[in-house]
Amino acid sequence: MAEIVIKGVAKSFGAFQALHSIDLAVADREFMVLLGPSGCGKTTLLRIVAGLETPSAGEVWIGGRRVDRLPPRERGIAMVFQNYAVFPHLTVFENIAFGLRMQRLPRETIRERVRRTAALMHIEQLLDRYSGQLSGGQRQRVAVARALAMEPDVILMDEPLSNLDALLRLEMRAELKGVLEASETTTVYVTHDQVEAMSLADRIAVMNEGRIVQVSTPVDIYRNPAARFVGSFIGNPPMNFITASRAGPGEWDVAGLRLTGPEAGERLEFAVRPEDLEVGPGGFQAAVRVVEPLGPHTLVTAEVGGRLFRAVLDSDLAVGPGDELSLLPKADRVRWFDAETGEAV
Amino acid sequence: MRRSGARRAAGARNDAPRAVVGSGPAGRFLFGASVVLLCVWVLVPIYLLLVNALSSPQEVTGFPKRFVPSFDFGSIRFFASFAGVAQALWNSIAVAALTMVMSLGLGAPAGYALSRFEFPGKEWFRMIVVMTRAFPLPLLALPLAIFFIRTGLDDTALGLAVVHTVLAIPFATLITFSLFSGVPLELEEAAWTLGCTRWQAFRKVVLPLVLPGIAASAVFAFIVSWNEVFAAAVLTVQNRTLPAFLVQSLNVSPLHLKFAGGAALVVPALVFIFAVRRYLFAMWGIASR
Repeated sequence: MAEIVIKGVAKSFGAFQALHSIDLAVADREFMVLLGPSGCGKTTLLRIVAGLETPSAGEVWIGGRRVDRLPPRERGIAMVFQNYAVFPHLTVFENIAFGLRMQRLPRETIRERVRRTAALMHIEQLLDRYSGQLSGGQRQRVAVARALAMEPDVILMDEPLSNLDALLRLEMRAELKGVLEASETTTVYVTHDQVEAMSLADRIAVMNEGRIVQVSTPVDIYRNPAARFVGSFIGNPPMNFITASRAGPGEWDVAGLRLTGPEAGERLEFAVRPEDLEVGPGGFQAAVRVVEPLGPHTLVTAEVGGRLFRAVLDSDLAVGPGDELSLLPKADRVRWFDAETGEAV
Repeated sequence: MRRSGARRAAGARNDAPRAVVGSGPAGRFLFGASVVLLCVWVLVPIYLLLVNALSSPQEVTGFPKRFVPSFDFGSIRFFASFAGVAQALWNSIAVAALTMVMSLGLGAPAGYALSRFEFPGKEWFRMIVVMTRAFPLPLLALPLAIFFIRTGLDDTALGLAVVHTVLAIPFATLITFSLFSGVPLELEEAAWTLGCTRWQAFRKVVLPLVLPGIAASAVFAFIVSWNEVFAAAVLTVQNRTLPAFLVQSLNVSPLHLKFAGGAALVVPALVFIFAVRRYLFAMWGIASR
């Protein structure tokens, strides 16, 4: 039971500024996902919370206790590593019991807790094996069980699913969500996989170049990106952008289409998600380039005003390369970004 | 001819290095000849040594020679009961054991530091560690002897072990460096998050994983000392190690004694090195197994 407060945390490696003054609060029992492209600093931030990295500036508080100068073992955390870090010289049982033995818990308690967490992760039949005799997915389960057995206030996960194959990842994702919800711990989870982030998180903190760009619920981040970066990073296929020029007060010219937009600003970018476009009169004139039928819907790549535009359309639509379409954006789904700063307007 | 031509053309297209044996008859001959030469170079002296050590004193000096030894232990028995041999053997073991302990005690922490920490001059340090072997011992022998006599270290097992430690440390450092590098840092970090101090994590996670390699590196340090003759001959007078003792008594001893003494030196070294060969390869970054 602990909330995490990160105040003004910065980290530099020599001349390289990995994190610029990060502020973030994670509520008790919340599932917070740090999402961003590789090199954005998300893992560094996680390691600072874990105590495996020392911040250059700022404070970290866990459960009302300042921990940024404490070693990892005194922070009440448990961590799951990307490569699982299952001890190869110990059996699965001893791996899960490792942290409990360090706490000098009674033998019976240890045995009981190992059995319980092993059952939770469905690895009871593997307790006598060594890590070399396990598959990647099984090692992953051992790593999670080892963290859960500690009954920590906070569980930190560093891309725990990224080394699993696609099918296993899907299965483990659902299982992790269930297990962590039931465990009632605060979770900070690092990933570069937006689908993983969307499906697991209570809230997502989107990071880019050592800064937090937006912190919000998955749907809000998807619908209302705070910056152009968030819009383009989250969503597959990504958001469509077109430069808009001012046509009058609150009127914008977007690839030959006159749209009502914000009052302020000189140069803006118009943005709309591919699934928020429909075929209808009075829309963008789009020259179809590629048509990809995906089953539930069809992905159409078309040229609008010299830019490539993607639209997710009904799969019954008869359309082929070279056709002309009129793509109409849903008015309430249109977003505007400042062309200079990339911030939402 | 056509096949080798086609293979050459394929080789020119893709950049992957070709095996020597796959480079035509000339290359194959060169490869085979080199292998044979190296084997002969190493194995023939050992063979002669063993044949003669296992023959009776009469056979050693007699003619014609036999290819298979008669397994007469007369020479060995004579050697073992030769005055001073037992004492020299004991000295050798004492010095080698001290060398083993000291070189690992100093080399293993250095290896750990090299593999786990970034510090200025790290690459230089690695280089200089190896460079100590480039220092010719004869150059150091006289000043060392004088210094040892002044400090009272001369003619003692400890004094000789200090010199042997200097010789063995580069290997101890490099072997342990590669051993520690083979243990992912994540394992240590996991141990820290599970409640370990740095030392506990080392003892409970890193040490068990590197222990076989540490043992191998200890054996290697033992062998370095066991085989060393120059410093042993210069720095000891009464308490000679086996190699120094043999050098000293070489001129005055019969042929079969020399062979028996040689075998007594070579065999343990060979057996030990063979047992730890995997880790010695690892020292040079060659994939083991």
